[in-house]
Amino acid sequence: MGATVTHEHALDGGPGPMGATYGKMMMWFFIVSDALTFSGFIAAYGFSRFKFIETWPIADEVFTHFPFLHGQTLPMYYVALMTFILIFSSVTMVIAVDAGHKLQKTKVAIYMLLTIVGGFIFLGSQAWEWKNFIKGEYGAVETTGGSILQFVKAGKDGKYERVKLEEFAATLPEEREQLTREKGFWFMSESTLPEYSVNEVMAGFKAHPEVLVRTEMIKDKHKTVLTREDSEKRLADAAHVVQGANLIRNEYGHKLFADFFFFITGFHGFHVFSGVMLNILVFFNVLLGTYEKRKSYEMIEKVGLYWHFVDLVWVFVFTFFYLV
Amino acid sequence: MGHAHESNTKKIWTVFAALSLVTIVEVALGIAKPDSLHRVNLINTSLLNWIFIILTIVKAYGIMWYFMHLEGEKKSLRWSIVAPLVFLILYLCFIVLVEADYIFEVFKHSHYKWIF
Repeated sequence: MGATVTHEHALDGGPGPMGATYGKMMMWFFIVSDALTFSGFIAAYGFSRFKFIETWPIADEVFTHFPFLHGQTLPMYYVALMTFILIFSSVTMVIAVDAGHKLQKTKVAIYMLLTIVGGFIFLGSQAWEWKNFIKGEYGAVETTGGSILQFVKAGKDGKYERVKLEEFAATLPEEREQLTREKGFWFMSESTLPEYSVNEVMAGFKAHPEVLVRTEMIKDKHKTVLTREDSEKRLADAAHVVQGANLIRNEYGHKLFADFFFFITGFHGFHVFSGVMLNILVFFNVLLGTYEKRKSYEMIEKVGLYWHFVDLVWVFVFTFFYLV
Repeated sequence: MGHAHESNTKKIWTVFAALSLVTIVEVALGIAKPDSLHRVNLINTSLLNWIFIILTIVKAYGIMWYFMHLEGEKKSLRWSIVAPLVFLILYLCFIVLVEADYIFEVFKHSHYKWIF
């Protein structure tokens, strides 16, 4: 960078302290502070997880979807793909920076464009991941004490397999109207009602003796499945039917699990979005020849630093949300 | 900045291959979950989790050193970025996780339950 241009003063983009220009150094300072922010979030996630270590949801059982492969349990593959997409867009970014050093305008433009496309693919993937998470798959019941009860039955190979609410819930002649602001007072509303009521799940459970309750408690790396009698006892406390996830409750387990998922991946996704916007801005400046006139493509390098940082954060999110 | 810029394209692809390989190993281990790693406990978590954390740090090193080009920066800039992060993150994790483990024990052995 800057091989063809010499600045006298540090504030002109010349050599500042530590041999870096001010612009680049400030980007690094921002990255250090942002890295500490993300560390705070991930450490907070670790705090809640260690606090509820015996009941925390198992990631492999939550994230099991892959596009176009319906009804199959495929943990990890989709996030692994997302990781590849982000690392690959980091690679195209480095190549753009590298081409910028050699003042190759067209090459910079092409690789910036590829980086932008990679960023959009990642954002789309994350939206799809959120959609599956919010929609849920099996459904569960929450007790008065706030714990989540899921449903299983013994499969052919002796292992327990999850049962969806729709597979056993009864249909009762009862109607529960959604409370909206037009129907009550202006300050009264409620979140979308689940498809089944607690009574319907209870009646369905009674009619299907093969269905058992699975609790959040982890024993020997697996969630505990209760006997039929214990299942009936636990289910007597049922207070809510939970389908999918929102910020209040989720069918996967502890309430904080969904809160942290939404907050950390959302905050990261927001960073990716900002990164894509910066990339687009710089891409148009490349096309307009702004950096060609300046004889320096340092702006690509600075935006590139941010883009790699976003990739760096994802590496940690991937580990702590999906692997560990 | 005074350092020369030779073409790095070959190195970039080598780093990409290395990062991809580490990710593939992580995913393979995450799906297989071999008992010899998953069921062995080391300082409050399984050996497998430690392997994941170490591989993540290896990836972070690769991204920062090659992609973010710390290799070309002066030693003073390098350390003023890495040292505060390493120190503060380790410190934060230490106090927060130790505290969380303590609260877990309190909940576990208390006479009443919070979530039931």
